[in-house]
Amino acid sequence: MSTSQTTTTEHHPALAQQFDSMEQQQDASTFGMWVFLLTEIMMFGGLFTAYLIYRIKYYDAFVAGSTSISVGWGFTNTLVLIGSSFTMAMAVWAAQKGFRKAQVWFLIGTMVLGAAFLGVKAKEYHDKWDECHIPGHIIGKGFNAWGGCSATDPKLGNIADEIRERDPKVPKVSAVQTAKQTEIFFSFYFAMTGLHAFHMVIGFGLLSWLLWRAYKGEFGPQYYTPVELGGLYWHFVDIVWIYLFPLLYLISRTRT
Amino acid sequence: MSEHGHPTPKLYAIILACLVVGTVLTYRAAFWDMGIFNPVVALTIACTKATLVILFFMHVRYSSKLTKITISAGFFWLLIMITMSLSDYLTRTFLPQ
Repeated sequence: MSTSQTTTTEHHPALAQQFDSMEQQQDASTFGMWVFLLTEIMMFGGLFTAYLIYRIKYYDAFVAGSTSISVGWGFTNTLVLIGSSFTMAMAVWAAQKGFRKAQVWFLIGTMVLGAAFLGVKAKEYHDKWDECHIPGHIIGKGFNAWGGCSATDPKLGNIADEIRERDPKVPKVSAVQTAKQTEIFFSFYFAMTGLHAFHMVIGFGLLSWLLWRAYKGEFGPQYYTPVELGGLYWHFVDIVWIYLFPLLYLISRTRT
Repeated sequence: MSEHGHPTPKLYAIILACLVVGTVLTYRAAFWDMGIFNPVVALTIACTKATLVILFFMHVRYSSKLTKITISAGFFWLLIMITMSLSDYLTRTFLPQ
């Protein structure tokens, strides 16, 4: 062990003086990154726990709210994000092999898919804006899911009517009440997807920085820790979405 | 495979295919009426997908024992938070008011 350390790795410019070898440095960095990601898991975990409690308490409203968001766009975005995780994994692989060009292209691919995800998310948010489904009354036209959102289209964003279309036996009063309660579903929807999208934006910034360094050819078999850690972050964001998609978009598509 | 080995592009492609299949499955399954099993199936598929990402894309399968046990401890803590909170909220109606 001690003899192998007196080779070229000791003189690698990226090796900090407190580490014996590049390998030890990478182990420490990866470990530190995971500890950070665990704190992130606890942060999102708190939101997920609160979500589960309110979903049980206001189940009908969560079904109505979930049915009003576009499952097609959610599905598309899941595939986009999974694809971006694949290109990110490939970028790490290329960095480890020292393929500079492949690294740059895989990072660009990841950024393109990440941007596509955020674009779709912006479109979905805009639809909710049009439908008056933004909780509260500070942003948008004020929350309204029981009619009267649009002067020209009485059906726009009217969850109360949608509930009664699916089940005409539901009295109007309780349909309106359930529609009013969807505000709590949308609060969770925007808080969780918003925090997730915020992480995507940070990830996009990290990727631009990695792209610049990869372009300059800083990474190779000896040193690719930043790409590896950027990858861990990106995959973590992907995992959060893997849970957000079924929990927010697919609550009960059969109870229609 | 060695402790610091990494998967090959072929394995990454297989994982990608599994994740896409899982996504299509969870989408299709949401439209079949399985009663109480709908969320169970959805979460099982989500956990399987997350495990694949963690083990292969995030290289945990090839990382040190210290990293593995730290990650396990983190997820165990998350489970404690969720199960204990829900076991409180779900059982409140069991007692007379």
